[in-house]
This record gives sequence, C-alpha cells and structure tokens, in this order.
Amino acid sequence: SSIHCIRGTDLFGYIGIEAVLDQMRCKTMKAGFEFNIMVVGQSGLGKSTLVNTLFKSKVSRKSCAPDYEEKISKTVKLHSVSHLIEEKGVKMKLTVIDTPGFGDQINNDNCWEPIVKYVNEQYEKYLREELHINRKRRIPDTRVHCCIYFIPATGHRLRPIDVEFMKRLGKIVSIVPVIAKADTLTIEERQEFKERIRQDLAANGIHVYPQREYDEDPEERILNNRIRENIPFAVVGTDKEHQVNGNKVLGRKTKWGIIEVENVAHCEFANLRDLLIRSHLQDLKDVTHNIHYETYRVRRLNESNLNFSELGLSAVPLENGTADKCESDSHL
Amino acid sequence: MTSNIRYKSRIPVKTEDSTEEKQYVGFATLPNQVHRKSVKKGFDFTLMVAGESGMGKSTLVNSLFLTDLYKDRKLLNAEERINQTVEIIKHTVDIEEKGVKLKLTIVDTPGFGDAVNNNQCWKPITDYIDQQFEQYFRDESGLNRKNIQDNRVHCCLYFIPPFGHGLRPVDVEFMKALHEKVNIIPLIAKADCLTPNEIKKLKDRIREEIDKFGIKVYQFPECDSDEDEEFKQLDKELKECTPFAVIGSNTVVEARGQRVRGRLYPWGIVEVENQSHCDFVKLRNMLIRSHMHDLKDVTCDVHYENYRAQCIQEMTSKLAQDNRMESPIPILPLSTPDVDTEKLIKMKDEELKRMQEMLTKMQQQMHDKDQ
Repeated sequence: SSIHCIRGTDLFGYIGIEAVLDQMRCKTMKAGFEFNIMVVGQSGLGKSTLVNTLFKSKVSRKSCAPDYEEKISKTVKLHSVSHLIEEKGVKMKLTVIDTPGFGDQINNDNCWEPIVKYVNEQYEKYLREELHINRKRRIPDTRVHCCIYFIPATGHRLRPIDVEFMKRLGKIVSIVPVIAKADTLTIEERQEFKERIRQDLAANGIHVYPQREYDEDPEERILNNRIRENIPFAVVGTDKEHQVNGNKVLGRKTKWGIIEVENVAHCEFANLRDLLIRSHLQDLKDVTHNIHYETYRVRRLNESNLNFSELGLSAVPLENGTADKCESDSHL
Repeated sequence: MTSNIRYKSRIPVKTEDSTEEKQYVGFATLPNQVHRKSVKKGFDFTLMVAGESGMGKSTLVNSLFLTDLYKDRKLLNAEERINQTVEIIKHTVDIEEKGVKLKLTIVDTPGFGDAVNNNQCWKPITDYIDQQFEQYFRDESGLNRKNIQDNRVHCCLYFIPPFGHGLRPVDVEFMKALHEKVNIIPLIAKADCLTPNEIKKLKDRIREEIDKFGIKVYQFPECDSDEDEEFKQLDKELKECTPFAVIGSNTVVEARGQRVRGRLYPWGIVEVENQSHCDFVKLRNMLIRSHMHDLKDVTCDVHYENYRAQCIQEMTSKLAQDNRMESPIPILPLSTPDVDTEKLIKMKDEELKRMQEMLTKMQQQMHDKDQ
C-alpha cells in the first residue's frame, strides 16, 4: 500500500470538523467523570474539613459515617467514601480516600506501606480488567488521581516522616503537599517555610505535582512553573460562614479578626481549589493514567515475563502423563 | 467573586450571581479542560471507500472533504485492468478548521469488483482491516504505549450502482464479509441518473434485502429521550433516508446566482449540496458533524473488542495444544489472587484437566490403532 501526504490548507467552504468536539463533549457529559482523591496526614490537621470545603459539601468520611468516633486508630487503615455530585449538568463520582492512623503512633516506621499497597492495588485492578478477554467498555477507575499531603505548620522544615512518605509515594502517585492550618503563620513566616520546604523537596529528589518532566509544551511549562514557585499552598479550611462587609464569607472567626478562607490575601485555599478542580483536574487524571499507571504496567509485565520463562511452563502433560505444575492458568 | 492575584485560573470564571458563585465548586469546567486537551491533540479518522471503478468514489471523497486528493491519477484502460488485483491505497490529509486538527486517512480499494471473475475480491480488504486490528492489538499490549498510531478503519462507504434492481450478489457477499469488522454505510452511487420515485423504490428494495440477508450495517444510535422534538424529527428523517443516494462533483458551477459544486447537464444543473437533489448533505453531516465520534467508538468498543477476544481465545487454545509457544500478549501469573479470580482459576484448572484427560485418551487410541 502506498501513502500520500497532502496538506489540505485551502478548503473551499466549511466542512465542520470541530463538531467532533461537541460530539465528544456530549458523550463525556452523559458518561460522567470519576475523580479519586486521597488525603494523608496526622490526626487533627483538618483533612476532612479541607475536603468538604473544596467540594462545598460533606464528602469526607467524618461527615458521612453516623457512628464516627474521633479516636486514633492503632494501625493505618484506608477508608474510601464515594459521592455523586453534579454541577451545571456535569456529573462527577468523587471518591475521597482517608488514611486515619498515619503518623499518629509513637513508632511510625513504615506507616506509608498500607498506602503504597492501596495505590498499587488500584493499578493492579485496572490492569487485570484491561487484560481481560471480555473487558468492559468503561473500566471502572479507582486509581488515586491525587494525594494531598498535609504538612503541619511548624514553620521549620519538612520532618523525616514527610520526607519518607513523599519520597516513596511521589514515585507512584501525584502528590500535592499543603501546609495545614496555616493560620498560625504570618505571611513572612509562611514564605520562609515554603522556601525551606521546596529546598528540602529538591534535596531529597522528591517530585510533586505538577512534575517538571511531564510538562507537554512551553505554554504549559510557564503555567506550571508559576504553580511550582508557589507550592506548597498554605491552606485554612472551614464550613462556617460569617458576615464580612455585608457579605457572607467562609471563614474562621477569632478575637483578632476573621480569616477568610477564599480570600487570597489571607490564605491560599482558592489557589489550591483552582489548581485541583478548575484547571488541572483532567490533567491529574491524565498524568495518573498515562504516566503512573503505565510505569506500573511496564513493571508488572516485565516481572511476569520473568516468571513465565523462569518456570519453563507447559500447559499440557508430557507424553508419559505427568503434568507440570500449571502456574500459567491466569488466562483471565 | 474570588480574584486570584498570584495565580491565574486557566479557565476564566464567569461573573455570576453572588449566591450561585458561593456554591460553585468549579468542576463544571471539566468538559472545557477535556476540550482543550483534545484540541491540542487533534483527532484522526480513517475512512474506507469500496465499490467498482467509476462509481464516483474519488469524486465523493473530494466533495466531502473539499480537497483534491486524486489530482494526478492515471486511469487504467480495460486491458491494463485485466490482471489487476485489488489494491489498498492510503491517502492522508491533515485538515485544520477553527483550530481543530483532523488527520484524515482515506483507504481506497481500486480493483474491487472490476475483474471478470470477482470471487473473494473482498479478501484483500478484510485482510487489511484485520492487519490494522492486529497492529493495534500488539501496540496496545506492548510496553511502550505512548504514541500508539490508530490505523483502524472507522467506517467503510460502500458504493452500490444505481442501475440495478437492488443488491447484487457481490454487494451481499462483500457486506457480509465485512459487517462484523467495520462500520458499513451503504450508498447509492451516481444518484443523478434516477428520478425521485426510482430512488425511493431502490432504497426500499435495498433496505428489504439488507434485512433479508442479515447484513449488519452501521446503526445510528438512539436519540436521548430528553432531546428536543426538532432534533428527534431530524434524527428520524436521517434514519428513514438510508441508504443515502449521493452525487459528487469536482467542479464548481453557477446555479441560481451562486457558485456551487455541481454537474452541468443540458437539461439542468445538479447541485451536490441541494437536499432536494441528493442526500450528500445528510451523509456529510452524519459522517462528520454528528456521528464521527460514534463511528470511532463503535469501531473501538465493538469491532476491535470482538477481534481481540477472538484473537486471545485462538492464542490460548493454541497454547493448550503446543507447549512450546510463547504468548505474545501479557498473561499475568497470579501473585495476589482474590476470590473471583480463585474461582476462575479453579474453573480453568478443571477445564484443563478435562482437556488433558481427553488428550491422553486420544493419544492412547492412536497408539492402539498403530499397533
């Protein structure tokens, strides 16, 4: 077969190909979107409140479990809660994965392991579904698209547990670090703290979202550079409203003033929300699918090939009737 | 309205009523985010045209995409065509309109149905389609999936001559050979030699025969129940109009004071884009403006998945027979089995045991026979 390449630059009339975008939009709107967000950090850092504030509804596990008890669990357990939320006709299945017990014990060695296991299990689930003979049209996506890591506002540097966690998880999932309960830092203290954190991240080779190496073009690089210069975002969360200058605002009321959560002069909550939801939500999913998941898949395929040839498997008995142990019965 | 000083939102937040704004989270921008990425990436579409020579395939393609793909084509004479086999020729055009890029591939099938003996003349075509599926399957199962090229055929326009009384044997056999591999859209070619009544009779006849022979042509998806009446009416008209009777033209003529694509006859001017003259506009709207995405989806979700499932089954049954064959596709050994997969393994285990028993029995029988 021969191939000719022609540039169709002068067209006499209108074909109407951008209608394909509308067709796509229709389909995706009908199908809805999925988004899975994980929150990690010690007890009391405001994880549930922040997630509720981000999505302006009670989506965290705390708000949903009727018998929720505020006590520190002995081991790190992961809980996920899903909600169907809708805005302007756009339907989203939001899953919030909570990690109570992380960093709360006296000895926190390896407390990240259940989390690493969970993240990898979701990749494995997706991979198996993808390899199935009769696979679903839309493979249900439970992979973690974003992991918000809560750093307590000490004002000093990253703690060893922060470094250990982000080092390991940063390789398999997109981490967005935030400074929690940032209303104890003045603006200068905040800037210095952020600078030191960025230094610590660089010194330990930790790549948080948006990762430099995944910028697709110069335009994106410029945009993402601006974000990278400002992370981690210093956030304050609340679900309470107060009157400020005749308007109702989300805020925390203290004797010395009201901290307005959505006011960028007060804290960076709005920046975080814009990043996570209004501009980079789809990108978070794409990075998870195209990069993190593919990395996992390649690793698994290489592993399985190794096992396959190593064991020298045969699926049928040899002529004298003895059968080799069949390990390759995984024709899912 | 929140104003962002340090960091600008990619998507401008519209100024709205302040109470609405309070409740606005912002994930309603998701379709826009997806939109942006798609525009950057662009789309691709592969269209196959099949039918005998002289049915107006090239002209129609040129009319559809407003290009001139076949400018320097040399037409073979009858003698040269005697020994010609069916070829597959690909033309690729990059079209950009309003910032949206489309990489269009036209797969042409010259020689189809032209010989004296046309037995199995569709085989090169089915082979080509299968090859594209196979290539995609290998790519999709491979390790580096970053830039997979999708060359699968998304749609096949099949040109039925207007002179007959319905489908001919070659039409039936061709469509049956392909209907489970590609979306077939049958067209009545060169419809300007038929009167409106003749067209209606021919369409009815062809629809009847398609049903009778069990040919599965591309079905337009059902309308949503919440679409407005006008849309539903248009959709109904579209469905009742198939197979489309089309006319194409490479020339521009002057008709009713305008310059239009058309064919100039002594008895009048045929306008390609005049809906009372032919169904060209319906075809173009359906193919490009409303159903291109669905054509691709059906190719991916139905035709390709069928091919893939078949392929895997053939491979696994071969593996059971030939213990030396390496699996070219990933088959994972289980390291963390869950309940469902355990059940599956048990089932497969038992199946294999039965197969093994059968095989040993057969071997024994053969051995006895030889004695």
